[in-house]
Amino acid sequence: MVISPIDTATPSISTDTVRYIAYLIRLKILDEETKVFSQQFSQIIEYFQLLNEIDTREVPPANENCPMNNVFRDDQVLPSMSREEFLNNLPQHEGYYVKVPLIFDDR
Amino acid sequence: MELYNLSIRKAHELLVKKQISSVELTSAVLANIHRLDPKIRAYLTVVEQRALEQARKADIRLHSRENITPLTGIPYAVKDCFSTRGIRTTCGSKILQDYIPQYSASVVEKLNNAGAVLLGKHNMDEFGMGSSCENSAFFNTHNPWNLERVPGGSSGGSAASVSAGLSLFAIGEDTGGSIRMPAGFCNIVGLKPTYGRVSRYGHIALVSSFDSVGPLTQDVYDCATVLQTIAGKDPKDGTSLPDPVPIYTTSLEKSINGLRLGIPREYFQAGMEAGVETVLQDAIRVFEKLGMQVQEVSLPHTRAALPVYYLILFAEASANLARFDGTRFGYSTNQKVESVIDLILQTRQEGFGEEVKRRIMLGAYTLSAGYYDAYYLKAQKVRSLIREDFRSAFEKCDVLLAPTCPTTAFKIGEKKQDPLTMYLSDIFVVATNLAGVPALSLPCGFSEGLPVGMQLIGNHLSEEILFQIGYAYQAETEWHNMHPLIT
Amino acid sequence: MNTIKYEPIIGLEIHAELLTITKMFCGCSADHSSLLEPNTLICPVCTGLPGAMPVLNKKAVEQSILVGLALNCTINEVNIFARKNYFYPDLPKGYQISQYDHPVASDGWLDILDENEGTRQRVRIRRAHLEEDTAKLMHKGNFALIDFNRAGVPLLEIVSEPDMHSVQAILSYANKIRAILRYLGVNSGDMEKGVLRFEANISVRPLGSQELNTRTEIKNLNSFRSLTQASSYEINRQIDLYNNGLDVNLETLGWDEVKGETYSQRGKEEAHDYRYFPEPDIPPILVDRSWVQTISSQLPELPDAKNKRFMEEYGLSLQEVRSLTYEKEFADFFEKVVTLSSSPTKMIYNWLTGEFTRQINERNIDIQKIPVTPENFAQLLDLFSSRVINDFTAKEILVEIFISNKNVRDIISEKGLLQISDENYLTDLINRILSENPDPVKQYLAGKESLFQWFMGQVSRETKGKSDPQVVRQLLQKILKNNN
Ligand SMILES: [Zn+2]
Repeated sequence: MVISPIDTATPSISTDTVRYIAYLIRLKILDEETKVFSQQFSQIIEYFQLLNEIDTREVPPANENCPMNNVFRDDQVLPSMSREEFLNNLPQHEGYYVKVPLIFDDR
Repeated sequence: MELYNLSIRKAHELLVKKQISSVELTSAVLANIHRLDPKIRAYLTVVEQRALEQARKADIRLHSRENITPLTGIPYAVKDCFSTRGIRTTCGSKILQDYIPQYSASVVEKLNNAGAVLLGKHNMDEFGMGSSCENSAFFNTHNPWNLERVPGGSSGGSAASVSAGLSLFAIGEDTGGSIRMPAGFCNIVGLKPTYGRVSRYGHIALVSSFDSVGPLTQDVYDCATVLQTIAGKDPKDGTSLPDPVPIYTTSLEKSINGLRLGIPREYFQAGMEAGVETVLQDAIRVFEKLGMQVQEVSLPHTRAALPVYYLILFAEASANLARFDGTRFGYSTNQKVESVIDLILQTRQEGFGEEVKRRIMLGAYTLSAGYYDAYYLKAQKVRSLIREDFRSAFEKCDVLLAPTCPTTAFKIGEKKQDPLTMYLSDIFVVATNLAGVPALSLPCGFSEGLPVGMQLIGNHLSEEILFQIGYAYQAETEWHNMHPLIT
Repeated sequence: MNTIKYEPIIGLEIHAELLTITKMFCGCSADHSSLLEPNTLICPVCTGLPGAMPVLNKKAVEQSILVGLALNCTINEVNIFARKNYFYPDLPKGYQISQYDHPVASDGWLDILDENEGTRQRVRIRRAHLEEDTAKLMHKGNFALIDFNRAGVPLLEIVSEPDMHSVQAILSYANKIRAILRYLGVNSGDMEKGVLRFEANISVRPLGSQELNTRTEIKNLNSFRSLTQASSYEINRQIDLYNNGLDVNLETLGWDEVKGETYSQRGKEEAHDYRYFPEPDIPPILVDRSWVQTISSQLPELPDAKNKRFMEEYGLSLQEVRSLTYEKEFADFFEKVVTLSSSPTKMIYNWLTGEFTRQINERNIDIQKIPVTPENFAQLLDLFSSRVINDFTAKEILVEIFISNKNVRDIISEKGLLQISDENYLTDLINRILSENPDPVKQYLAGKESLFQWFMGQVSRETKGKSDPQVVRQLLQKILKNNN
């Protein structure tokens, strides 16, 4: 499934698109929800179109123009945290490992 | 006056003079929590024994007269978005309902080192997504001024708590008004500091580019006291600012005569309730009386602020919330699952509320292949223009004045079904987060019995001036001394 | 139909773990050797606990710049980290912090020797970017187990253009990258620990054609062996497909070591929708010229330059030189011995690449931890070349110093291994041996010359191998002649 070709002038988010992005973000959603989301998303995205009225051809994005640059750590070891506490917080573990159900290799 | 209604400043005086002990003070606040919180529901977690233990330690410190800070022995609480070692941290979400962190946020460490007494964790909209506290996965918090109304959000529990005497101050977090808006709804002071002024380490991120940690207090003096304790460079937060932190409380009485107060034209055109506007006009007259030069200024891209804010929020939040997958901490589905993908899908389906799902799906949509330029990049470019608006406004004036919210506190349930209308209540607060500048929300009157807040917006790292103006205003007015009568 | 010749077109991505002390974004030790217990090098940052924030390790950036310079890249003035979003249980935050459109280095090149054709060839390097490593996953029945010790270790991903046309070429390229990284001290080169991992992009086309056919990508190749085997399997698979009138699918492949086959890792189509955006927790990195200059002044002599110098200074052939310079430590060892020793360079070369290398291989010694000092080895060679000890003894002592690195002279005096070249002693000995063996002497004199070696052996046996064979040979010839 691929998102329908971009047409930001008349945005509308189909239920198929809702299903696609739900999977992308790993949310299981119910069929009846897709309809509601599709309507709400279309309305919200429609509202965002007012940005298209603004000419930004010569404008740099704000996030690449930070007040700060070159913030570093020195390469020095800090103590690690307690493995026991970490393991106790895990939904599942085996020995000293985090345990999760079978992985299908679809990265 | 009841001990639980004391300001930090007054409580500190009494503690240092040994007229009260921290244990007495803490016990009084805890008793008030027992009395009122069943109605207000500001707290998700109260750590009574731990608080009393900390209070005892604070008393020892106060007795020794060594290493006393203005916050030693002062009971406070934090919004539940801050990681607290050994204390349940939910971020208002089912997906963290039983999560007990292994480490504490830097702001909590700092307050702990200062000797402040942590009472517990405040209710909030799930992951900070909301303007009413109705998006908490656990329960609604009620506005102490009218229990049928919302306290604002997302730091609603914190604002309600300080307003009702359930903590002497609170630490909240403001991504797009989340400190200021509830502060305005609950008649207290709330500061969104300059982005980077207070470490975000240990704050469960919503929008890493906007999140600002700040105090909610009864008055400006207290706000200055808390900020000077929590501000400063943190080696664990690469975006925290290295600039030295002033002792804000020593310069509060500096005259504000001659300072220029800008009134952004667009904010008053955008539409607000008549009662809110009346109160604002009264406040402007107070500032004139204090010798400030009032002038109109323009922030031309105001209308674009809200879509820019939400576009960036959706995108960053969709990534920030990806780590909640049920494999390493927090909630994990009890359903039988075949694979790790099922585990993640099911856990997130069960663990996230509707508003969170809506926003992270929209984030995935606006970032997905082919859409980045049209949405995220476009928003970041318009954000540059909004920043530029503020930069040029601050060439003409020292601070800007604006309402905190177009309305007073609305009724619980009133806007919940309509996400877009709910988003519109953030109209006056989000631009400051886009620009990264500080803004101080102050009580400035009432409309039909409900508090109205105004915000003073300053240039980067101008908290000192904001405090001076706010302090002068509070010396001239009594709004901040009004407490709700809760029956 | 079978006569169509195909040309493979191969590009390589190399993921190299950098040799920093700590991880990329936290203070946990980056030394995640397999001996460590799982989940001991962890903190809120590298396990993705809520609220944790990354702070960039300066060393990782500096090492990346160093590699960029060594690979003739442009070092980009603006470095921006980005979030690469995907879900996988070895990726704790649900996104990987990586570099996207602002990598640390781009547009470089590396010359390799294609061993098949013996020609020098240039491989263009598209980019090198920094990213964090994932946790280690182990499959166990219906579950997977995760160890976060590796999570957050800095990785440099070096991406070549599809400029290679044979398996030999990729091997040369990969080996050379490995050698350079080791020379720079930014990667241990220890393949068994997975510090270098490869991904190959492969397509084939009829020789002489200019069009680009569909390519496939083989992921997770962790050794030179799997790199070459998987690549040649894939090249042949694609040629077979075309020869049978079929098409190659654009897809990601895995490599099954046991079966010796590539297999499709067909994912959902969303697999590549990574939703990159700039990482807001890490302010941009500005790399100015003076920083690059400082780092550039730390560049050591690299393999190509060293080869050239060794050929000029030591009169060795390229072939010979390359066997010395493949490992920097070995080249350094060679040079030290040359400085310390008065023996001929060629002899030093022969010993090092012969007996010495045999010892290293037999004993499975890490080249970075050669147990023999160059001083001791130089002394051994000098005693041999001045004939104080013979070949047999020298080899025996070499074994000894690989075990103990005891001083060579001490070993000789303790064990009495000095070579016997005293002519009077040896004359007496030879006379005795000949008188005790009249029959072989008769046969020898009757023309059975092969018995000469047998007499040599008898002398060597009597002296327990310490006799100087040159002296013995002369004496034996003289005495046998006189016996005539
Ligand atoms: Zn770590």
